[in-house]
Amino acid sequence: MALEYQYLFTRVQVRGPHYKGLPLPPGHDVRSKGGRFSHLLGKLGDAQIGPIYLGHLGVLSLFFGFIAFEIIGLNMLASVNWNPLLFVRDLFWLSLDPPLPQHGLKVFMPLHEGGWWLLAGFFLTLSLFLWWGRTYRRARALGLGTHTSWAFLAAIWLYLVLGFIRPILMGSWSEAVPFGIFSHLDWTAAFSIRYGNLFYNPFHALSIVFLYGSVLLFAMHGATILAVGRFGGEREVEQAYDRGTAMERAGLFWRWTMGFNATSESIHRWAWWFAVLTPVTGGIGILVTGTLVDNWYLWAMERGFVAAYPPIATPDPYLTGAGR
Amino acid sequence: MRDNTTNNTLLALGGVGALIGIGLLFTFERPPIETVQGGFRGTSMGQVYNPRTVNRLAAVNQVPPAPEPADPGGERARDVFQNVQVLGHLSVEQFNRIMQVMTEWIYPRENIADGCNGCHVPGNFAAEDIYTKHVARRMLQMTMALNSTWQVHTQEVGVTCWTCHRGQAVPAYVWSQQPVSSNGGGFATGPGEQNRPGRQVGLASLPNDPFTPYLWRAEEIRMQGRDQHPRPNSRQSIQQTEWNYALMMHMSTALGVNCTFCHNSRAFSSWEESPPQRLTAWHGIRMVRDINNTYIEPLRERFPPHRLGPLGDTLKVNCATCHQGVYQPMFGAPMIRDYPELLPPPEQRRAEAPAPGWVAGPRLP
Ligand code: HEC
Ligand code: HEC
Ligand code: HEC
Ligand code: HEC
Repeated sequence: MALEYQYLFTRVQVRGPHYKGLPLPPGHDVRSKGGRFSHLLGKLGDAQIGPIYLGHLGVLSLFFGFIAFEIIGLNMLASVNWNPLLFVRDLFWLSLDPPLPQHGLKVFMPLHEGGWWLLAGFFLTLSLFLWWGRTYRRARALGLGTHTSWAFLAAIWLYLVLGFIRPILMGSWSEAVPFGIFSHLDWTAAFSIRYGNLFYNPFHALSIVFLYGSVLLFAMHGATILAVGRFGGEREVEQAYDRGTAMERAGLFWRWTMGFNATSESIHRWAWWFAVLTPVTGGIGILVTGTLVDNWYLWAMERGFVAAYPPIATPDPYLTGAGR
Repeated sequence: MRDNTTNNTLLALGGVGALIGIGLLFTFERPPIETVQGGFRGTSMGQVYNPRTVNRLAAVNQVPPAPEPADPGGERARDVFQNVQVLGHLSVEQFNRIMQVMTEWIYPRENIADGCNGCHVPGNFAAEDIYTKHVARRMLQMTMALNSTWQVHTQEVGVTCWTCHRGQAVPAYVWSQQPVSSNGGGFATGPGEQNRPGRQVGLASLPNDPFTPYLWRAEEIRMQGRDQHPRPNSRQSIQQTEWNYALMMHMSTALGVNCTFCHNSRAFSSWEESPPQRLTAWHGIRMVRDINNTYIEPLRERFPPHRLGPLGDTLKVNCATCHQGVYQPMFGAPMIRDYPELLPPPEQRRAEAPAPGWVAGPRLP
C-alpha cells in the first residue's frame, strides 16, 4: 500500500514508565514534580510530558517576556479604545511602533511616542538573553555541546541588529521594526524600498541562499530518514557502522543519485551551518544598509551586476525644469 | 490497522486541504486572471486583470449620452443675462445647454426644473443666495483649468463635472481629515493614523491619510537615496517611506493598476526605466494639489457643516475622485469633445500657469 509510509503522525507510541531523566548535579534548581502522558501530543512527538526544569533563568525569562508581551498587547488594546471586539478584528493590523524620527536616540521620551516601544524592546531582549542562558546551562547540565545556544544566538544577533545595533549606528530608534503583524511586514517592504531594493544587497542574497539551502537540506534529510523508516532508519547512529542497514541504504541512495553523500553526522553539520548562517549573513546585510550603502540598486549598477534593459527614457520632471 | 492508517492519513490530508481551501477563498480572487505585458520581457511589468472586475467597472463607468451640440453663434450670454461671470463668452444656446447637462450630472431630478433649484433660488436665476451656485461657479473655473492648464494630465480625454460627480451632488470618492480613532495612550497620534485597515491604502498597516501631506500640502514624495552611499542630506526615515508607500498604494488602487504601471519595480526611483504613465501621474499629483488648494479648500466657509468632513475641512479630491478604479476615467472616453462649453474662453487657454496656492495648507506635527 503506497500510503503505508506516508503518515503525518507517529503511528506507534511506546509507553514505558514515566522517566524523570538524569539526576541533577548539586547547585541546580529542581525540576517540576510528576508529569504525565498525552496521547495527542504523542502523535506529534514524545508522549511523555514533563517534568520541566524552570530554574531561576527560566522563571525570570518568562516573567520579563510576559511584561514585554503585556506592554505590546495593552498598547494595541489601548489603540482601539479598549474595545475587545475591535482588538480581535484588527489584531493583524495593530502595532506598537518605534519612536518617532524626531526623538533620535533619546532614552526618555513620551511613552506614547515611542517610550512604550523602548520598554517592550528592553524587556523582550532581557527575556531572550535569560532564555539563552537557560539553553546554555541546560545543555551543559546534560553534558551536551552548546550548539543549540549558539544557533539561538545567531537569531538573537539578527534581532539585535534590527532593533538595537543598526538604529544606534543610524542615530535613530525610528529605524527599528515595529511590534505588530502586518506592520512589521510593511516595515520590511518599506525598508527595501527606502534603501533602493534589498535584492541587490549581496548579504541579503547570501542569507536567501542559506535560507533556501536550509529548506532543501531539511527536505532531503527528512525525506531520506522517513524513506528508510521501514528499516528502522530513525535509529541513525547505531546503524552507521553496519552493512545493509537503513543508513547505508540512505547513503547509497544519494551516492547513486548525485555521486556524493552526507554521513549521518555531517548532514546535521550542514544543516546547522546553513541555518545559523541565514540570520548571521542577513544581519550583516541589514547592518550595512543605510550605514554604508544608501541605495543598493545604484551600488549594484556601479559594480555591473544589474541586468541591462533598453531604457524607456521617461524624463524626470525635476530635471526638465518643471517646478516642484 | 493498515486501513485505519490510510483513513487517518486521508482524513488529515482532507483537513489540510479544506484549511487551504478556506484560506484561498478569503484571500484569492476567483480566476480567470489576465495579464497584460507592459515593459521589456523579463521585467515582469504586467498589469493583472480579472475580466469580471473589468466588466463590473465598465458597467459603472459609462458616459451619459450627450445632447445635440449647441450653436456657438448668436448673442453672448453675458449680454442677455444679468449675472454671468464665468460663462459669459458662450452663446445663449450653449449656456442653456450647459445648465441643462450640469443639472443632469449633479442634481438629476424627475422634473428638470427641480434640478435647476439645486443651484438656483426658485424663480430668480440671477440671485446669489444659495451656496451651491457659488460653488458651481468655482467648479466651472476649475474644470476649465483642468482642461487647459492641466492638459498635461487630462490630455484629449478631458474632464467634465460628470468625471467626478456621476449624478451625485457630492462625488462618491472624496477625502477629508479624520479624527484619530483612539484616545488610549500608546500611539503616535495626529492625522494620518497608522495600523488600522485602511481601504484607501489597500488595507495595509500604512499611514491612513497620505492625502494631507501629499495632495493638500506639497511634501516631498521621493525618499530613495540618490547616491549609492549615504550622504548627510540623504537622511529620509523609514517612516517617510511608509507615507510614500501609502500614497503609492492609493494611486495604484485608485487607478486599478499595479506599481509596474508607472515603475520598473526593481528601481522605483529611476525615471529612465519608468513607463511614460509615471510622468502623467507626476503632473496628476500637482494637479490634485492645485484642485484642493486653489478651488475646493477656499470654499470651506461657503459649505454648510454637513458638506464638510468631521474635522471641518472640505471634502477634497484624490486620484480616485476622477479615476474610480480605472486607469483613465471612463476608460478614456474623450468626453470633453462633446462639451466645448467647459473649455476656457479662447483668449484664456493655456494662459495662466498653475496657481502657486498649493504650498498652503496646514502644517502637521
Ligand atoms: C450645478 C449648478 C447649477 C445648476 C444645476 C443650474 N445652474 Fe444655472 N447657473 C449656475 C451658475 C454657476 C450660474 C452663473 C454662471 C456664471 O457666473 O457664469 C448660473 C446662471 C444661470 C442663468 C443666468 C442668470 C442670470 O440672469 O444671471 C440662468 C438663466 C440659469 N442659470 C438657468 C438655469 C436653468 C434653467 C437650470 C436648470 C435646467 C440651471 N440653471 C441649473 C449654476 C447652475
Ligand atoms: C475634480 C473633481 C470635480 C469636478 C471635475 C467637479 N466637481 Fe463639483 N465637487 C467636487 C467635490 C469633491 C465636491 C464636494 C466638496 C465638499 O462638499 O466639501 C464638489 C461639490 C460640488 C457642488 C456642491 C454640492 C452640494 O450640494 O453641496 C456643486 C454644486 C458642484 N460641485 C458643481 C460642479 C460643477 C457644475 C462641475 C462642472 C463644471 C463640477 N462640480 C466639477 C469635485 C468636482
Ligand atoms: C500612477 C502611477 C504610479 C503608480 C501606480 C505607482 N507610482 Fe510610485 N511614483 C509615481 C510618481 C509620479 C512618483 C514621483 C513623485 C514625485 O516625484 O513627486 C513616484 C515615486 C515613487 C517612489 C519614490 C522614488 C524616489 O525617487 O524616491 C517610490 C519608492 C514609489 N513610487 C513606489 C511605488 C510603489 C511601491 C508602488 C505600488 C504600490 C507605486 N510606486 C505605484 C507614480 C506611481
Ligand atoms: C480631475 C480628474 C483627474 C484626477 C483627480 C486625476 N486624474 Fe489621472 N487622468 C485623468 C484623465 C482625464 C486622464 C486621461 C488622460 C489621458 O491619458 O489620455 C488621466 C490619465 C492618467 C494617467 C495615464 C493613464 C494612461 O493610460 O496613460 C495616469 C497615470 C494618471 N491619470 C494618474 C493619476 C494620479 C496618480 C492621480 C492622483 C494624484 C490622478 N491621475 C488624478 C483625470 C484625472
